[in-house]
Amino acid sequence: MSFPPRDLDWHPPTIDLAYKSTTYRGPKHKRLQLPPTASELSGPVFARDMIGPDDANLIENFAASGETAIGPRIIVHGQVRDEEGRPVPNALIEVWQANAGGRYRHSKEAYLAPLDPNFGGCGRCMTNAEGRYEFWTIQPGPYPWPNGPNDWRPAHIHVSVFGHSFAQRLITQLYFEGDPMIWLCPIVGTITSKAAVETLVAQLDMDRTVPFDARAYAFNITLRGPDQTFFEGAA
Amino acid sequence: MHIGCTPNVDGMAMYGGDLGAVMKTGPVQGHDIIVTGTVFDGQGEALKDAMVEIWQADAHGVYPGQTGADPHFTGLGRSAGDMGTGAFRFETVKPGSVGGQAPHITFWIVARGINLGLHTRMYFPEDDLGGDPVMAAVPEARRATLIAARTDSGYQFDIHLQGPQETVFLDI
Repeated sequence: MSFPPRDLDWHPPTIDLAYKSTTYRGPKHKRLQLPPTASELSGPVFARDMIGPDDANLIENFAASGETAIGPRIIVHGQVRDEEGRPVPNALIEVWQANAGGRYRHSKEAYLAPLDPNFGGCGRCMTNAEGRYEFWTIQPGPYPWPNGPNDWRPAHIHVSVFGHSFAQRLITQLYFEGDPMIWLCPIVGTITSKAAVETLVAQLDMDRTVPFDARAYAFNITLRGPDQTFFEGAA
Repeated sequence: MHIGCTPNVDGMAMYGGDLGAVMKTGPVQGHDIIVTGTVFDGQGEALKDAMVEIWQADAHGVYPGQTGADPHFTGLGRSAGDMGTGAFRFETVKPGSVGGQAPHITFWIVARGINLGLHTRMYFPEDDLGGDPVMAAVPEARRATLIAARTDSGYQFDIHLQGPQETVFLDI
């Protein structure tokens, strides 16, 4: 097993002044491209039983007994694949997001929108033998952030993935089909290729919708290689 | 902040504890060390929102999950950094050498403003790095950015995103 070097033109440049945080945080030297060694080809192996019964249900995993989170109920599902299109089983996926009003539950955040007492915004799951995963949540809201005078993050879910090799380590963001805010966002705008941005947009999937319960969005993730999902740090 | 990776750090009790918070789940063979460090931006400011992950072999140079690995060593560390200073800290063991490489710890760094997670690695100042194939590929003037400094309890490994001491990052 090995990995070809990343296509650094598919990924955004490390510095893009429209996304101000990159100004002093983006390395100026090009990454040193080397073939991976045993240290990068190996990676943590997680036991399936580390995933608790409610971990993949953000609608309920922080809610009081008998309560559920507020917001549009959705199912997010997809397949994790490697660079050759093969499914990646037993990949650990961790997700986090703002609530339906665009508010995160963490101590350094103070957006006007209120916390939902029944929503923590964190979940995790593991891919099955076919590389497929699914979690239930509520659709997050957009929120303003300090960058330009009037910048808003499109509704998004942060997605962290451990494949089988530490070289495949990924954190990315999931956006929602049809959201006009995607194309106004300076973080999304660091990605120069429209096709690359589209790998981050989950598609409405009526076939997987549960009638009278939750709509579904499909989001496939590709680890390393020419087809890979854009890697990025969290905003 | 990567709240979903370290919810317990911010007071959200989930999963029975954060992944990567504990690297030793029982008695572990080898020499205990503490690895600390800070991620600095191009203005010399410490990042307080970085998440740093490490992955390493056990004291005998075997990766967890592989045959013969120390059963009480996870190899994976994850730190959201100190809420006040941003400094990361890992309680681990010194890894053995792996496949002709000098002992090292693999690092992965993400933060706001880092568009593509950064891979690098930390070597130990007391080791002979002469035969290490990755170090050999690094321009000599920049090799020192991958070598930790000794402390009383272990090692200090600061990461510089920019500037004259910019750390060598790897696409590996």
